[in-house]
Amino acid sequence: MPAAFTLDDLKRILLEGAGTEEGVDLDADILDTPFTDLGYESLALLETGGRIEREWDITLDDSALADAATPRGLIDAVNTHIGTAAA
Amino acid sequence: MSAATQTVAVTGLGVAAPNGLGKDAYWAAIRTGTSGIGPVTRFRAEGYPAVLAGEVPGFDAARHLPSRLLPQTDHMTRLALAAADWALADADVDPARRDAFGMGVITAASSGGFEFGQNELRKLWSLGSQHVSAYQSFAWFYAVNSGQISIRNGMKGPSGVLVADGAGGLDVLAQARRAVRKGTGLVVSGAVDASICPWGWAALLTSGRLSSSDRPERAYLPFDRHAAGHVPGEGGAILILEDARAAQARGARVYGTLDGCAATFDPAPAPGRGAESGLRRAIELALDDAGAEPAEVDVVFADAAAVPALDRDEARTLRAVFGQRGVPVTAPKTMTGRLYSGAAPLDVATALLALTEGVIPPTVNTGPDPAHGLDLVTGRPRAAELRCALVVARGHGGFNSAAVLRAPR
Repeated sequence: MPAAFTLDDLKRILLEGAGTEEGVDLDADILDTPFTDLGYESLALLETGGRIEREWDITLDDSALADAATPRGLIDAVNTHIGTAAA
Repeated sequence: MSAATQTVAVTGLGVAAPNGLGKDAYWAAIRTGTSGIGPVTRFRAEGYPAVLAGEVPGFDAARHLPSRLLPQTDHMTRLALAAADWALADADVDPARRDAFGMGVITAASSGGFEFGQNELRKLWSLGSQHVSAYQSFAWFYAVNSGQISIRNGMKGPSGVLVADGAGGLDVLAQARRAVRKGTGLVVSGAVDASICPWGWAALLTSGRLSSSDRPERAYLPFDRHAAGHVPGEGGAILILEDARAAQARGARVYGTLDGCAATFDPAPAPGRGAESGLRRAIELALDDAGAEPAEVDVVFADAAAVPALDRDEARTLRAVFGQRGVPVTAPKTMTGRLYSGAAPLDVATALLALTEGVIPPTVNTGPDPAHGLDLVTGRPRAAELRCALVVARGHGGFNSAAVLRAPR
């Protein structure tokens, strides 16, 4: 089974693909902070999802991205796909 | 005073130019005749038919913008966002303290974000569609500078983009003035263009108007017998426009007022019709709009195409309106190259600084052809009492625009 997708992976990909908003600290406890509060709108999440798909060689459902309102939600969705793909 | 004639003032200037980043550095360069034209450095231009450009020096986007904006912006948008910040600061305006719907953004563009688009197209064809940035959806687009300025500053009033090559740079100021007269308290306007990348270069070359010279001091010579095209540049200016009385009421510094605007289109070529362009009518309409006689104009900032037929047409037009050597004419863009939609807003900023400082910046390198009959300010700046300036801008395909500016009363 491929390595699990972690918060550190997500933070790196967010930084590469969308940068960080002024006044937002991604190193704070952000697991349950809504993406909108972190300054990421739907297009930033689309870009983030595309980068995750390329790097982990998976295909996320559109709804998986749309429904993931927080880092924890997105990490869980990605890990579900990694598990499914490996099964 | 009726809304239709309400006076509109320019209260803030933000400049990103090849010979100066920021208003003060630009003005210091412009008034001493310092050029920013040199060999292209933004990509390897050796082997292309044109190898010189006016590139904005010393711009480190990460110093001026949050990292959130970097993955989603082309170079031209980064310059525009920084210039908008500077213009707002110069006008002493804090957008967060104003009504979002009372502020608009109306900018011009001529190419959009070519370098960003080129990089994404390269990824599309070399790596596949999954590698194309989601931000390609807007980062290349003509309207992107208006959109990003409006988002960054929370401006939700009348906004848009105009695309008319160089003339669009004046047309947006006319549109901004309309918006102010219809009740929008403040409009961010002007333009920044930048497409010095292989794809942008290939597009610019199709005009057939780029100089093939590799000597910066001989490459862009408007109104000279040796005129043979222009040098492309990047940059422009962002201006803050406000209702003049409101500006006065808040104690703002007023650089000048935008008193006359007009735009015309050249007639289609037809057998038996004279060669006169629509430029004269644009100038006369702008003067009329400002309630100004030609004799009131103290200086003209020329379009200065450096294409012989266009130079002749512009010179003939200026002679027809102002008389033989009837008004000082200058083209400071000889120090920056032509900035496409960014050129006219920069000329307006330059004109306003000239009105403030009482000095006409020079046209560099050109030795004017006497046959043009122009009093071209060459070599060094000319001190003069300046109250009224005319700015002329033309666009490829027949666009003519003119603007009349007056010093604050």
